[in-house]
Amino acid sequence: MSQENGTLIKVEDLQVTFTEPGRTVHAITGLSTEIKQGEVVVVIGPSGCGKSTFLRTLNMLETPTAGRIFFEGQDLTSEECDVNVHRQKIGMVFQHFNLFPNMNVKKNMTLAPVQLKKKTQAEADERAMELLRRVGLDDRAGAFPQQLSGGQKQRVAIVRALMMEPDVMLFDEPTSALDPEMVGEVLDVMKELAKGGMTMVVVTHEMGFAREVADRVIFMSEGNIMEEGTPQEIFEHPKCDRLKDFLSKVL
Amino acid sequence: MQEWFAEIAADFTQSFIDSDRWKALLSGLGVTLLITVLALLIGVVLGVLVAVVRSSYDQKKKKGGLLGVLNTLCYIYITVIRGTPMMVQLLIMYFVIMVSSTNTMLVATLSFGINSGAYLAEIIRGGIMAVDKGQSEAGRSLGLSYVQTMRFIVIPQAVKTILPALGNELIALLKETSIVNVIGMKDITKWAINVQGRTYQAFMPFIGIAAIYLVIVIVLTKLVSLMERRLANDVTRKRDSH
Repeated sequence: MSQENGTLIKVEDLQVTFTEPGRTVHAITGLSTEIKQGEVVVVIGPSGCGKSTFLRTLNMLETPTAGRIFFEGQDLTSEECDVNVHRQKIGMVFQHFNLFPNMNVKKNMTLAPVQLKKKTQAEADERAMELLRRVGLDDRAGAFPQQLSGGQKQRVAIVRALMMEPDVMLFDEPTSALDPEMVGEVLDVMKELAKGGMTMVVVTHEMGFAREVADRVIFMSEGNIMEEGTPQEIFEHPKCDRLKDFLSKVL
Repeated sequence: MQEWFAEIAADFTQSFIDSDRWKALLSGLGVTLLITVLALLIGVVLGVLVAVVRSSYDQKKKKGGLLGVLNTLCYIYITVIRGTPMMVQLLIMYFVIMVSSTNTMLVATLSFGINSGAYLAEIIRGGIMAVDKGQSEAGRSLGLSYVQTMRFIVIPQAVKTILPALGNELIALLKETSIVNVIGMKDITKWAINVQGRTYQAFMPFIGIAAIYLVIVIVLTKLVSLMERRLANDVTRKRDSH
């Protein structure tokens, strides 16, 4: 794995609070961390621990209540920052794929790069076919999302994000909505990406994937990082009780 | 029996053929359709703008600011327009607001457009809210702006959902134009009133225009369902999970 030491994302004392009728939810409580170029970080933890919120805050889909997020040195939380520009370099893959049902696969992929003037339609088409070939879906370029299986949809969602040539890819439980037999094909694409040196932050319940691919595993609980380390440290020698308890349930 | 047919034929000739009345009817039909089409265009533009303001305000966490002011204006607009009769709005527009204008077509299209916009705004807002939130998140995560996400991703999907309601609104709009004679416009309803005044025949002119309205509505309904079927081929508004 190519491991440069530049810091890509820096999170400082991040807090996210939701106000629901009748109560306040502290989803993230003062989290700080750094993500380095080329690093594959896997975030694990029990449901409701804030791991998805953490991931979504990295490209400002959730607005932090306090704290700062630096992406390539730019403070995303500052008023003057044009988040749209930075989001172009932060790819995101969702649990429910979120492909655009009113467009075919190719259009799904080329819409953003063409509209944002990163590529001409012809260049984008060519790049789309190249990426589809890489994930074995070049024959489905003209299909609409509802004609694809879950695994195919997620592979398209991944290459759609790659079309913007992002510097980091965020994965929000990318295999949780899939039938079990389709999990492998999506994880394979993600492993390929990791091998290619892509910086990745992955929220997942796939412990096998975490063990095999992660450079660092973050265990979150109650809105903060409880423990982090290499997969070996986390899975073989867990220190805190919560992590031991969590692992005993999922492994 | 034959006598009866002869009488009908005579009535028909008197109402539609004599004094070239069919020409006046055709120009009346032009007026009716033109008001409908222009008002629909104004209504759709207004409706989309108001719906976008209202639904983005609803989604915003921090209330207030410019968007808050716009949202309040939109709310007042919808409340006032939906809360007063169309005919009263038309009279106010003609005799109060645009009193210096003699262009009744302008007055009528504006009035009907503004009226239609208020209803369309709520229909479109409903459509926008029915689109899965993940859709706009996916658009924004690719770096598309709010407006681009609305334009290419959310609104096309919303249109499919609201097409039947849009058809309803179009039909209602067409029929409501029959009141424009209160500001002196010669639409097909005015034509029928005139013919009745001249010939003392009520049956032919009124049943005649009723048939015309009905035929237009049937054609519009067909067109809307054709569009629905076309959109159904490539759009589903279901959340695209398994």
